[in-house]
Amino acid sequence: MSEINIVDAPPGIEGSGFFATSFDKVIGLARSNSLWPLPFATSCCGIEFMATMGSHYDLGRFGAERLSFSPRQADVLMVMGTIAKKMAPVLKQVYIQMAEPRWVMAVGACASSGGIFDTYSVLQGIDEVIPVDVYVPGCPPRPEAILDGFQRIQDLVKSESGRRRNSDYYKELLGQYGIK
Amino acid sequence: MEETTLNNDIHVKLTEKFGEKVTAISEPYGLLTFVTYKDVIINVLSFLKNDLSFNFLTDITAVHYPGKDHGIAVVYHLHNMVGKVRIRIKVFISEQNPTIPTATTIWKGANWMERETYDLFGVKFEGHPDLRRILNMDDLGVHPMLKQYPLEDPNRVDKKDEFFGR
Repeated sequence: MSEINIVDAPPGIEGSGFFATSFDKVIGLARSNSLWPLPFATSCCGIEFMATMGSHYDLGRFGAERLSFSPRQADVLMVMGTIAKKMAPVLKQVYIQMAEPRWVMAVGACASSGGIFDTYSVLQGIDEVIPVDVYVPGCPPRPEAILDGFQRIQDLVKSESGRRRNSDYYKELLGQYGIK
Repeated sequence: MEETTLNNDIHVKLTEKFGEKVTAISEPYGLLTFVTYKDVIINVLSFLKNDLSFNFLTDITAVHYPGKDHGIAVVYHLHNMVGKVRIRIKVFISEQNPTIPTATTIWKGANWMERETYDLFGVKFEGHPDLRRILNMDDLGVHPMLKQYPLEDPNRVDKKDEFFGR
């Protein structure tokens, strides 16, 4: 008996010899099960993420087998660790270099809010420079929490319109950050 | 005991060479410490390096004493690798006009240390080849280790007193 799991088909109209559904759902399904994360790890959360990638927790189970250390082809930016203000333009540039569609996950207290580093040199949350889709709490979070955050990203990818980038809301959101 | 005799030796040689320009000599935790002035600091450093074998510049940093006439102390740490002796030198300079000659003419390694001290305390090292910020972003606008600047980030809103009933 095979132990391979197959993702359920999206809702649609089924009959003998055909299956009809919308492009959004099919594309969302495909995207959400083949995400390419770009890990941007600077401190302890990055170490937890390494465990998440390892054999025990195995991020590869979610179709995220290939981690891209380049913005090219990557679609989930995972920011793990403290971002100094001097680093902020670099992070923003990496985000801008990623092609649409793209999502962002802030892992841990530092990336989400500056954490304990309430100081002049540390960015008080990466949402000061780029829009964030999912925040993972914890200092540092356990690998399970990172996996949970990843599944929340998958939910978003699955359910949102394939033309999100064209929506007024999205354009306005990026406009707030000065990103065209 | 050996350490103390060594320190005495250094002390005597320094006083012979620079006289009144070397003051406030003390020995906290066996570390020979003295104060000198910015017009002779380069001579003192090169004398220590060339004649007393303090070949390694461990660190350059500063301390801010607000409200004093000479409110910024530039601190040099040297290490004699042959004799295994360390030494500390302080120079007090004016807070309004914090300038001091660069030590990059003696040690190449002083370059980044002086940039760091400039970044955090605003000390201007005269003759430094490239005095730019090194740790902080270029548009920070202040020298954050001076005590008039708060260490907390003023942009952060979740720690406002009103949220805690204060």
